[in-house]
Amino acid sequence: MKDWIAFFAIFLKDIKTYYLKPPNISWGIMFPFAWAGMFFIRTGGNVMDVMSILPGVMSLSILFGTTSMLSVTITFEKKSKTFDRILLSPISLTLIMFAKTSGAILFGIANAFVPFFVAGFFVDLYYVHLSIVIPAIILISIASTFMGLFIATSVSEVFEAQTFSNFFRFPMIFLCGLFFPISKLPLFLKPLSYMMPLTYGVDILHGAINHSQAFPYTFDFAILFLFCAILFYISLYNIKRRWVL
Amino acid sequence: MNILEVYDLTKFYGNFKAVEGISFAVKEGEVFGLLGPNGAGKTTTINMLTGLAHPTSGRILYSGTDYTQDIKKAQHLMGIVPDESNLYPELTGFENLCFCGALYGLRKSERKSKAESLLEQFGLKDARDKKFAAYSKGMKRRLAIAAGIIHEPPILFLDEPTTGIDVASARQIRNILKDMNKKGTTIFLTTHYIEEAERLCDRVAFIVGGGIIKVDYVDELIHPVKDKNTLILSISGGAEGVEGRLSTILPDLKFKRLSNGEIRIESEHPFKTSHIIRILEEAGIDVVEAKRMRATLEDVFVTVTGIESHEMKKEKEKKEKEA
Repeated sequence: MKDWIAFFAIFLKDIKTYYLKPPNISWGIMFPFAWAGMFFIRTGGNVMDVMSILPGVMSLSILFGTTSMLSVTITFEKKSKTFDRILLSPISLTLIMFAKTSGAILFGIANAFVPFFVAGFFVDLYYVHLSIVIPAIILISIASTFMGLFIATSVSEVFEAQTFSNFFRFPMIFLCGLFFPISKLPLFLKPLSYMMPLTYGVDILHGAINHSQAFPYTFDFAILFLFCAILFYISLYNIKRRWVL
Repeated sequence: MNILEVYDLTKFYGNFKAVEGISFAVKEGEVFGLLGPNGAGKTTTINMLTGLAHPTSGRILYSGTDYTQDIKKAQHLMGIVPDESNLYPELTGFENLCFCGALYGLRKSERKSKAESLLEQFGLKDARDKKFAAYSKGMKRRLAIAAGIIHEPPILFLDEPTTGIDVASARQIRNILKDMNKKGTTIFLTTHYIEEAERLCDRVAFIVGGGIIKVDYVDELIHPVKDKNTLILSISGGAEGVEGRLSTILPDLKFKRLSNGEIRIESEHPFKTSHIIRILEEAGIDVVEAKRMRATLEDVFVTVTGIESHEMKKEKEKKEKEA
């Protein structure tokens, strides 16, 4: 019980101090609009293209929202030593990190639903499998957040967190099948695509929204789950090795 | 009964030896001070005891139980006030205290009432709803101490509790710590302020170069030197080698040139200041100031460690400037 009091205190503190700040809310709304608008213009304003770009825009919104927030806030807290206060509290490191990442996961989920709801004004979402979309969004958000955690625990400075985030994020835009099918990528780039968690998340969304996935859902979910576990445990290892000296 | 026991604790960072083979025990209800210059290993020691660093070897026992392999399990027993006020700048004083209470599992009503009473006790009631970022350094340190004791830990660790804050705030903090100790909290503090250790601590350990070279009660440490007669002379000009000349004339007295140019004179027996001043003036050296010193922990520290208090003070000033 005591652990859960601490968990919710950390979670609610982060929500209040980071995720509910007006600039972050506006980021969460503006970012998907900007991406959707860009592709909508690029495709000549065809309403039906909304469906084809929706999985990519949703995934990007999650990816940028979670990694930007978590990697920067944790690095900032570590730098200002406020993170040490949490490390010194009598709750397990695993629970601490779940608490620290929960806010970002929720933020990512909320970001993903902005383009989804907006798309509802332009196209009929009746045939979208929500029972697949919702768990996919949750898992993509967890994977992206844990990637942000991995970045935060691998750097020391806030600016490093930002640049290191981009090192992962920008290749993902082109390599994970967000807007360009992986099948059309040059052969030498394909292995890279399959090494990125977002590839599998986007594949699930393409399947659930456009009924055109490359892999079975169970495979995508399993791989995504595996990425989550690996990223989380590498991050814990980094914290134990680098922060508890 | 010992609340904390440390055996042969060692910490290496790569090839750098930060702490080597230190052993000591902290008795329940006492104020224990770890006294030493910057870089002596004080913060590394406190980090190992609280769980921010893994010992390379050695054992740490709280109330007789060995927690070396998993200090996290002992963290509910301790309150920790680090040398930097690591509370959240964007939260108010009240919110910070409630948050810290929650980290130790206090329920909402309990942490709220404790936060209110601590703000009152620490003279921060008027700053209750002020953001921590807007607090003065003294207020920040007081709030950090309040945050460290909100869960009423049996032992409170403080790393340099009065470094970088004004004299009035430092005095206030010392009084708070004395009160807490009277109420039964064991206090473990690190400091490089010798006077602070003398005023606050029941027992001190001198740590230099990563090793503890003396542990004892403050009174016991001072006892052998309390009858010592000490005089500090401030002289104008360089007066090179003057202490050597004085030693020749007055062989019963010990003369030592301090790093700030002053001369420290010690003797087991009373001696006349005027006699020494006359000798110096006859040699053309002006005595600007003469101070009779009572025996203090500083004398013991200088004798035992060979480190002058001036060097510690310089470090203190440097650290304060950095802060």
